[in-house]
Amino acid sequence: MSVCARDLRLRLGRAPILHGVDLTAQAGRLTAIIGPNGSGKTSLMRVLTGELAPHAGEALLNGAPIARQRPEMLARRRAVLPQQSALSFPFTVAEIVRIGLHSLAAGEAERGALIRAALAQVGLPGHAGRLYQELSGGEQQRVQLARALVQVWHPVGEDGPCWLFLDEPVSSLDIAHQLAVMRLAEDYARRGGGVIAVMHDLNLTAMFADHVLLMKDGRARAEGSPAEVMTDRLLSEAYGCELRVSHTPREGVWLLPQGARLAG
Amino acid sequence: MVAVDAPRDRPEGDRLEGDRRHVGRVLCLLLVLLLALVAILSLGHGASGVSAPRVLADWLAGRQIAPTDRIVLVDIRLPRLLTGILVGAGLAVSGAVMQGLFRNPLADPGLLGVSAGASLGAISGIVLGGMLPAAILSFTGWHLVPLAAFGGGWLAMLLLYGISTRRGRTSVATMLLAGIALAAMIGALSGLIVYYANDSQLRDLTFWGLGSLAGASWTKILAAGPLIAAALLAAPFLARGLNGLALGEAAAAHVGIRVQRVKAVAILTAAAATGASVAISGGIGFVGIVVPHLLRLLTGPDHRWLLVNSALLGASVLVCADMVSRTVIAPAELPIGIITAMIGGPFFMWVLLSNRRVIDL
Repeated sequence: MSVCARDLRLRLGRAPILHGVDLTAQAGRLTAIIGPNGSGKTSLMRVLTGELAPHAGEALLNGAPIARQRPEMLARRRAVLPQQSALSFPFTVAEIVRIGLHSLAAGEAERGALIRAALAQVGLPGHAGRLYQELSGGEQQRVQLARALVQVWHPVGEDGPCWLFLDEPVSSLDIAHQLAVMRLAEDYARRGGGVIAVMHDLNLTAMFADHVLLMKDGRARAEGSPAEVMTDRLLSEAYGCELRVSHTPREGVWLLPQGARLAG
Repeated sequence: MVAVDAPRDRPEGDRLEGDRRHVGRVLCLLLVLLLALVAILSLGHGASGVSAPRVLADWLAGRQIAPTDRIVLVDIRLPRLLTGILVGAGLAVSGAVMQGLFRNPLADPGLLGVSAGASLGAISGIVLGGMLPAAILSFTGWHLVPLAAFGGGWLAMLLLYGISTRRGRTSVATMLLAGIALAAMIGALSGLIVYYANDSQLRDLTFWGLGSLAGASWTKILAAGPLIAAALLAAPFLARGLNGLALGEAAAAHVGIRVQRVKAVAILTAAAATGASVAISGGIGFVGIVVPHLLRLLTGPDHRWLLVNSALLGASVLVCADMVSRTVIAPAELPIGIITAMIGGPFFMWVLLSNRRVIDL
């Protein structure tokens, strides 16, 4: 079971954003989409989640065209963590996470238990009663992650794997929480679910991704395992700066921009 | 059914912290009691001095009820009470729905062009109505102004909805801006008609704009009641959709909410309730902003209780305001719009000032 993009083309207004992108993300793996700003990562994500309709090409989720799935059914198969979330009213954390249960047929006891479990997973147990707007940016991002998690709590549903789409899931987090969230995503994939994440941190990508799509100017520049895609040449060319991939015995792959100084 | 495989740190059934629905439930009960109390008071008070409890006691005891008492209670106070309940509930629920849709605590159904359109309709009815053929006038009779107000409100709303909907998707931002442009155009047209009005028509116009329940009748309730009642019944079905919209349209769609359907139903609901309310009672301001805001302070923004409680509190508030309006300078009447504005204006200012931090961002 997979999420597939077949020659996706997208225009926003008159501007072409995606020029025929292909991607095959398998369930059970963490797929990272990387690339410089404006390369079309988030737009690709918005097509894959069904938010935008491509003007050509096709996006499939577990073999079925995403555009033709009913919103409630789609909501049970995939959840989305957006890049940023603005909230208009003072909801509590529990009320926000509960919104993720919209399409779920579950009793009140299960709903409460799911909300508690998800908040514990993102490291915010005991925050249910807090007002969302009073939390820090990083905490808000983790609340949104909990909301996405309750929506597809079981990585494998009755009709196939469920999918987590994460758009820059660690952008507002400190390093400890970055690792915690990436481990959570990795664990979701290990248990049979699919994870597709837009990533800016190449080191975290190298540590956690099983499959990488490198984008540049609305095109897929390379797709494959991290070892295949994250090479000096491909990365330097895509990002337009000199990047060196180091292989260290303890940390594995590690990336440093040329000339970076860590000490002194 | 869903089984949760994560450990539970609390016994099942324990209330989740941050879940304020129980507060909403308790408040709902209190508001029902409040409305009942206010309704009894309203029936019992009036310029004529007829005592509702005494009449009720007489009726229960099987004694003869004086015809004048009966007329005062059944044909004057009761329709007026019901009109107050319908209009108050309708305006408050429309306000809450609009605030959820526009994701702004200061939004009101005026943004849909309903109020401006209804005002143009009423002005046209009052000033130009006399020029209509006698056949039409005899058919519409006293209901010409309410009918014109209702028609004007709906025309404006449909126009605005059409303008801001492209390829089956309504843009709330376009609606907001186009609404300002439309209101300006409608205002100009209204001004033009007002310019040609004579003195007595000007007086009628002014009083229409201040709002009043004095014209309440069983006929009007039968005409406007079903529309407002339908809107009140539809509103609770919007609750979860509006909650989702608080996260933005994209996030709402991601959790499985049919966003366009929620938007369309919200707009129709608010337009039906507001259009019918304005038609039978004129311009009554602030109920739609004050009531939902007050309830949000008490139970939070979760629409599942907010909408129901808004209807109940809105009804009580308007019935109270009407009691003041018809007793404070009895036997004359103060337009109810003056009273709601007198209370609502300072409240609105307080809301603005206490939200200054958010508004200034």
